[in-house]
Amino acid sequence: MSVQPVVLWTDALVFVLLAAVLVLAWAIRRQEHLRAPWAAVARRPMAMGAALVLAVFVVIGLLDSLHYRERLPGSPADAPQYSVEVLSVFDALVGTLRTQHEKTYSAPLAMQLYAKEFVERDGETVRDYPRLRYGGAHLAHAGERRPDIAWRSVTGLVQGLVAGVLLFGLLAAWQVRRTRTSLDAWLSDWGAGRLGWPARTVVVVVSLLLVVGGVIAQLAAGYHVLGTDKVGQDVLYISLKSIRTGLVIGTLTTLVTLPLAIGLGIAAGYFRGWVDDVIQYVYTVLNSIPGVLLIAAAVLIVQVYIESNPELFDTAAARADIRLLALCVIMGVTSWTGLARLLRGESLKLRTLDYVEAARAFGVSHARIIGRHIFPNVFHLVLIAIVLDFSGLVLAEAVLSYVGVGVDPSMYSWGNMINGARLELAREPVVWWQLGAAFAFMFALVLAANLFADGVRDAFDPRQGARR
Amino acid sequence: MLAYVLRRLLYAVPILIGVNLLTFALFFVVNTPDDMARLQLGVKHVTPEAIARWKVEHGYDKPLLLNAEATGTAQFTDTIFFKHSAAMFAFEFGKGDDGRDIGNEIRTRMGPSLAIALPVFVIGLMVNITFALLMVFFRASYLDLGGVVLCVVLMSISGLFYIIAGQYFIAKLWNLLPISGFAGGIDGLRFILLPVIVSVVAGLGSGARWYRTIFLEEIGKDYVRTARAKGLSEVRVLFRHVLKNGMIPILTGAVVVLPLLFMGSLITESFFGIPGLGSYTIDAIQAQDFAVVRAMVFLGSFLYIVGLILTDISYSWVDPRVRLQ
Repeated sequence: MSVQPVVLWTDALVFVLLAAVLVLAWAIRRQEHLRAPWAAVARRPMAMGAALVLAVFVVIGLLDSLHYRERLPGSPADAPQYSVEVLSVFDALVGTLRTQHEKTYSAPLAMQLYAKEFVERDGETVRDYPRLRYGGAHLAHAGERRPDIAWRSVTGLVQGLVAGVLLFGLLAAWQVRRTRTSLDAWLSDWGAGRLGWPARTVVVVVSLLLVVGGVIAQLAAGYHVLGTDKVGQDVLYISLKSIRTGLVIGTLTTLVTLPLAIGLGIAAGYFRGWVDDVIQYVYTVLNSIPGVLLIAAAVLIVQVYIESNPELFDTAAARADIRLLALCVIMGVTSWTGLARLLRGESLKLRTLDYVEAARAFGVSHARIIGRHIFPNVFHLVLIAIVLDFSGLVLAEAVLSYVGVGVDPSMYSWGNMINGARLELAREPVVWWQLGAAFAFMFALVLAANLFADGVRDAFDPRQGARR
Repeated sequence: MLAYVLRRLLYAVPILIGVNLLTFALFFVVNTPDDMARLQLGVKHVTPEAIARWKVEHGYDKPLLLNAEATGTAQFTDTIFFKHSAAMFAFEFGKGDDGRDIGNEIRTRMGPSLAIALPVFVIGLMVNITFALLMVFFRASYLDLGGVVLCVVLMSISGLFYIIAGQYFIAKLWNLLPISGFAGGIDGLRFILLPVIVSVVAGLGSGARWYRTIFLEEIGKDYVRTARAKGLSEVRVLFRHVLKNGMIPILTGAVVVLPLLFMGSLITESFFGIPGLGSYTIDAIQAQDFAVVRAMVFLGSFLYIVGLILTDISYSWVDPRVRLQ
């Protein structure tokens, strides 16, 4: 089946961002003084463990950012028509998880629907819990469910462990070869944590991730691991799809913030005078407007624009995507003030330093002084702000979606999941899995981001690090 | 001192004008009254007459900035800008879509907002400081590390989770407190308790961690070493010296949010059914009631600027080293 690649706005920006990060990483590798703090981050077990978890999220998010549309089966080859449904590589990889819809709610790992219905049984109509179409469909009767789940879990666990041990063996073999020590010596160094990098944490975290992945993969083949939602969609699938939304909001918003914060913050501190006055005025005005209200006003405007120009967007995904992008831009415009103020203060200090004065005395241009002397000295502040802001933005998405000014209601996001499920707690029995899944995924991402941010901050800001 | 306060007040005027112009641009220029009408009436059944009627009903049928048909000063006063934006400086917000006077609504709803926000602020401050001082007292031990990790974990949980979990467990499952609602007087205490507890716990992680950093910064200073050198106990050093000096950044940081307490909390109020300004705002956003949103933007900015001025004054008040000119 042929496909037509679809590049949504946020996809393009995500990959531009990825390219920028790779270029930056390559530049940092070549400079000893830039590499040192990153090496310090890599030596922290907590930060490395968090980075590995983040990496899993990022990989899923990137796979989910490669979109395409499938060709409709009946359409001719010379004038192909494509489905309106925009899929991603991630959808293709998870296969049946996306398509196996039940009728309505079902509990995690269940084989029956959540509510009783009239079902035909032995020629009689009785009121009972109907079997699910896909979840546990391979089971003959209810008694087989627990042993089957246990067997699948153990299989997944063993598979994960085996993969972990294999990877560990490869790592050991490679390290032994590289450092020319004996395997025994390396293993005892590894066990005692004397390797100079947190090898124990890395091995444990990778193995844990593999085990969790293995168990989920085994169970997902026969059940809905996290149950199904109101329209019968797999909650695990929705949660995984929401990762991309969270990551896009956390990263693209910062991308919008940076030019504003860096440009205006440094300009205010460096040039002082009326430039400073104007910039300070602008950010005090922006800052004094309650953030949620400014976002709400702007999102309402975007909504009006989308509704009055429907011809610009050919699929629902494109429409939701432009709203996501608009949300990122708006949140960026409202949140650059904090960093700008910080950079202004720092530039004020830096411009009086002897080497900057000397550069000015030599007649070096302003652009060059800022590029050469000011910006490199505030770069660590920018970096710390990026990683610290990320988790706050992911959490903010949920709140904004609740207020009704978040991402498009048709978009998979944890905020929308929470919003859709919070009233279901009043049901009897309680539908808790949708809320639980959204909160758990959000917690995992935000916790990992926070721990990683702490590591980065301690490594880049030595004064902070000494306090711990 | 008085001259300083006066100057700061004068400085606030251009900022409020800026806020006003920005909201005017957002609500009337970028997003014209026609667009608003279309959004409100629904895209399907829009006729030019319906739009015109909606605009007349809401008073949006006038020119934006300059009314050429009127004479004299009415050329400027009989416009959308004057009637809907400039009037806010006199705290005249007009009517919401439900026909009620917004200014009246704000006055009656401030009370319930404060009833939640003030206890949250005071109790939260005390709990956070206590927690931070405990961590500082046991600094560089496993207790401190555990405390910091707990803070990071608490910070990583969505604020919505605290509310939903609090309502589910405390109110629904254990029946200790009502799920939501509000009542005046002493009877209202049982309604206030749950939102206050939930909000304090939700703010504990970031708050305690922030205060811990402030106290640790103080503890590295010379006067602390002097205090220890003259033989004061660690507890005395912490409470007599570190706490007092650490309170300077904490208090001044708290003062800026003090006026904003009137605005209440959007999420908390809407979940717990508190008839305050927060739930008013959220209802207005969801109903796309632009008049109310505009009024709240102006009110919020005004209160924020009041907070900034109070912060400057409180600096000089708690820290005699700061002199205002």
